[in-house]
Amino acid sequence: MTRMNLTNNEACATLVLHKKIRGTKMQAILKGLVGAAVGLVVSNASAATIENVRKNGVLTCGTNSATAGFSLPDNEGKWTGFVVDYCRAVAAAVLGDAQKVRFIPLTPKDRFTALQSGEIDILAHNATWTSSRDTSLGILFAGTYFYDGQGFMVRKAENVGSAKDLDGASICVTQGTTTELNLADYFRSHSMTFSTVGFADEEAVVKAYDEGRCDVLSADTSTLNASRQRMAKADDSIVLPELISKEPLGPAVRQGDDHWLNVAKWTLLVMVAAEELGVTQQNVDEMKSSDNPNIRRLLGAEGSLGKDLGLGDTWSVDVIKQVGNYGEVFDRNIGKASPLKMERGLNALWSEGGLQYAPPIR
Amino acid sequence: MSGQSLHPPLVGAPLLPPMAPPSGIRPSPATWIRKNLFSTPFSGVLTICFTVLAAWLLHQFVSFAVLDAVWAGGQEQCRANPEGACWPFIVEKFDYLRYGAYPVSERWRVDLTLAIGAVLIAWLLWKRAPRRNVAALLFFVAYPVVAFVLLRGVASLDLPVIDTVLWGGLLITLLMSIVGIVFSLPLGVLLALGRRSELPFVRAVCVIFIEVVRGVPFITVLFMANFMMPLFVPDYLTPDRLLRPLIAIALFSSAYMAEVVRAGLQAIPKGQYEAAKALGVSYFTMMRLIILPQALTIVIPGIVSTFIGLFKDTTLVAIVGIADFLRAVETARVDPNWAGPTISSTGYLFAGLVYWIFCFGMSRYSQSMERALARGHKS
Amino acid sequence: MSDVLLAAPSRRSLSLHDAKVRGIIYQLLLAASLLALAVGIAVQTASNMRARGIPLSFGFWNEAAGFDINQTLIPYDTLSTYGQAFWVGVVNTLYVSLLGIVLATILGFVVGIARLSPNWIVSKVAASYVEIIRNIPLLLQLLFWYNAVLKALPAPRASIELPGGIYLNNRGLIIPEIQLYAGAGTVGLAFLAASIFCVAFWFYARRAQNRTGKQLPGLWVSLAALIGLPLAVFLLVGSPVSFVTPELKGFNYRGGHQLYPEFAALLIGLSVYTASFIAEIVRSGIQAVPKGQTEAAHALGLAPGKTLRLVIVPQALRIIIPPLTSQYLNLTKNSSLAVFIGYPDLVQVFAGTVLNQTGAAVQVMAITLSVYLAISLVMSMAMNAFNQRFAIVER
Repeated sequence: MTRMNLTNNEACATLVLHKKIRGTKMQAILKGLVGAAVGLVVSNASAATIENVRKNGVLTCGTNSATAGFSLPDNEGKWTGFVVDYCRAVAAAVLGDAQKVRFIPLTPKDRFTALQSGEIDILAHNATWTSSRDTSLGILFAGTYFYDGQGFMVRKAENVGSAKDLDGASICVTQGTTTELNLADYFRSHSMTFSTVGFADEEAVVKAYDEGRCDVLSADTSTLNASRQRMAKADDSIVLPELISKEPLGPAVRQGDDHWLNVAKWTLLVMVAAEELGVTQQNVDEMKSSDNPNIRRLLGAEGSLGKDLGLGDTWSVDVIKQVGNYGEVFDRNIGKASPLKMERGLNALWSEGGLQYAPPIR
Repeated sequence: MSGQSLHPPLVGAPLLPPMAPPSGIRPSPATWIRKNLFSTPFSGVLTICFTVLAAWLLHQFVSFAVLDAVWAGGQEQCRANPEGACWPFIVEKFDYLRYGAYPVSERWRVDLTLAIGAVLIAWLLWKRAPRRNVAALLFFVAYPVVAFVLLRGVASLDLPVIDTVLWGGLLITLLMSIVGIVFSLPLGVLLALGRRSELPFVRAVCVIFIEVVRGVPFITVLFMANFMMPLFVPDYLTPDRLLRPLIAIALFSSAYMAEVVRAGLQAIPKGQYEAAKALGVSYFTMMRLIILPQALTIVIPGIVSTFIGLFKDTTLVAIVGIADFLRAVETARVDPNWAGPTISSTGYLFAGLVYWIFCFGMSRYSQSMERALARGHKS
Repeated sequence: MSDVLLAAPSRRSLSLHDAKVRGIIYQLLLAASLLALAVGIAVQTASNMRARGIPLSFGFWNEAAGFDINQTLIPYDTLSTYGQAFWVGVVNTLYVSLLGIVLATILGFVVGIARLSPNWIVSKVAASYVEIIRNIPLLLQLLFWYNAVLKALPAPRASIELPGGIYLNNRGLIIPEIQLYAGAGTVGLAFLAASIFCVAFWFYARRAQNRTGKQLPGLWVSLAALIGLPLAVFLLVGSPVSFVTPELKGFNYRGGHQLYPEFAALLIGLSVYTASFIAEIVRSGIQAVPKGQTEAAHALGLAPGKTLRLVIVPQALRIIIPPLTSQYLNLTKNSSLAVFIGYPDLVQVFAGTVLNQTGAAVQVMAITLSVYLAISLVMSMAMNAFNQRFAIVER
């Protein structure tokens, strides 16, 4: 290595010239850097999310990268699914247009980082609401749009009837989910051993199970059912009867922005309330002139919910007209009108034996 | 090199025509085989082993990709054939693999952009083309603007704006590589010059940047750029989601490029610097006209292999959910409609071929450049 | 700098026209703006984190992790802490990188030397290997190997049984576990003693050769000592070792050590890919040794193998080692692609699951990057030290 030291054997004049030119350039760079640094320090740490959304004219929503029925892009990049429709509802509420959503596909392990950093405005993922996520991740859940539980899928050929027979199994799971943690609890409390094979990507998990890398695929039962759509030999597998956990799936927002939390929360609740009151995509316009004061308050004909939330008067009509009520969204994407054909179960309205319940709008 | 250029002929008479080589020197095939394949018993054994190995691999490849492959038909034919590749799958997914979710009605814009790019690159690389400096100017200055306008769209020009989340497939891969290539070389040169600067702090900053970037895995940088950046800087300084990996890839390869360029700078004899300075040439003129042309020429192979590395590294953007070509292949292969025994292998084979053609093309071009330059030195 | 001072006029003015003064001012400005940038980012990050309730401390380190990691070289279970999960990740990264470096070096040297073989077909096969492998992205190769490895192997019930109680299936390669009894330590000591003897003998043999010119059969003596002595002790204390053969129970084999497909795919992918680069480095290194060296060695009557080993390679190493170092570093960094195929390396475990569970993104990424930087630094230093041994001693 012949490292050259230019300062040696060098005339002073050249040195001056050389530095002069380099100097002017460096000055320009310096100016830019100082400006940027000052801008950084002075800037406000957390601007209100809703203002950002309005300013950009688009809602940035983090969703599952590909879970049939919940969030799935087609070849033209059009997203459909249950959580996708929730995002569209929020966009309708804030911007008046359900199409003004930018979907950012996220793996489960990256989703909270993207939310807490501000990369996305709202997280509509198959994410379970837990105490530690609410308290230590810098995020808050805004409700529950799907009550679920963790289940196991095994191949019929294994002749397994119950989760208690899974001792020694290899289990495919998605990284960064409650699934990973529940498994540890369940197998420890039943004194069984297991070994996990974890992938960041949900598709990779299903593929690995499908190709025989694991004996068991474990996830929320909704995801298990959706996964069947991706399997070559879906009929060879069954879902075991046990649910080993409670998995309330819900949307999440950043902490420290109560206004935005309210918007996220009440968009969901308005959809549930609309179902309770029988307001649907079709009849929403007629319902505006209903005599029922609850419906009138829901649709903004009376009361000031829209104004109090900082949204327009027609926001709830926009949501219901453009996206539908909770039941319609459920049926269309994962319920009886969809290929997944899931039962409402816990997700039926409280009046029909389920858990979906909207607090009074008044 | 054909003798006549060296000296003017001593006599006015024309040179004798070259004689044919003596017949005995050109080896017969049998001699050639004996000399090159069976020179020793050990060499003979190796020849046989390697011939068998090569023949077996070639046979596997040809029978999978050609002989046993499904060429026509659809999902059923592919499902029924566990032996060979399923080309109808690639045919059906071809548009998706090239454009991702870019709107169908606007895909002509991608085609046009890539066609312009291809013409400019061909013009730049074809050594006997006229006015290559114009091509360089067009490619490095005008083309990025044109490409941006065409791909993203400008509403006032009647080109609807296409959100970058819809971009995908080969488009992303080529975009990432071209942007990376255009920006990493100048940045790398700056860093290399900074590393050899005699201002100690400038030098230290460059050394730290280069060494830190070269010391960490690219996917961690991508992760931070795409999921954590709004945490570090305010919103108005946070670039578009597609732009961030572009910047990351350009900065990342510029650190590698800097080391390549530094090797070239070190190889330039000190006398070149001293002579330039003695003539009173300024630093920038010296670098631009004397040092860099020589230094960059020496390290052309290194530069091209950095480009090839950059091209291959574009596959890693899949970690941040950007649908590049490989990611598109991955998405296509898990399509349950096409679930078949050889779908994955077909997808990977196709992806492998595409990447290989690009990379091999680049490396061949750099080898031909190298040879041309080596000839230039000899004559 | 002293030359410049001498050349400069003796009267030093502190004006802006003095290049030295200006240089200092520019550097101070650069330093100040970089500092401002760093402070700005730190302030912004801290205030963002505080505003959003993101943990700012490293308190998560000692909390229970609660998730399982399937491949661990150090003790770990679901009750271990995040800190232990971090060490599992570090050890797994180092493990696959070091094995990968060894395999890639062997394969790379073989292919690189094969490319220079006078045998036409050998050199062509080696050249094709290099041209095919290094022109395809590593990620694609890893995905290919993972799928190829998985596809080719049967389910546990239909395992391929290899001699010695070894089983191969799509859960991996399962080998018998070695169980040690009292007295096993003595065998270990015997091996240690044999190793020390070998080193001593090697020194003695060299000295003897320098003195008398006679070569002692170093290899055979060493082998005899390394195998014979521990074996003798082993038999003397009555074979204090037993093998626990793996048994198929329920879903999988129980007992025995397991080599997982994810690990195998990553190791194969990294080694094969890096070997193609090492092969090129080795080839150009050997070609850079002047031809006269080979001819001189031949003229002295050295056999081709010995020429390569004693004359060419030691000289070529000088050229080979610096680029080889950067390939080793690349391999180590590339091992982070493990996330794509589910091998629990540092990025997958720590920057993946732990980051997700704790939400401490900034701290976790800072630690992860520092680990990679530390590995680079240590590896560069080790290779530099090694390189110095081979450097030309200038007279």
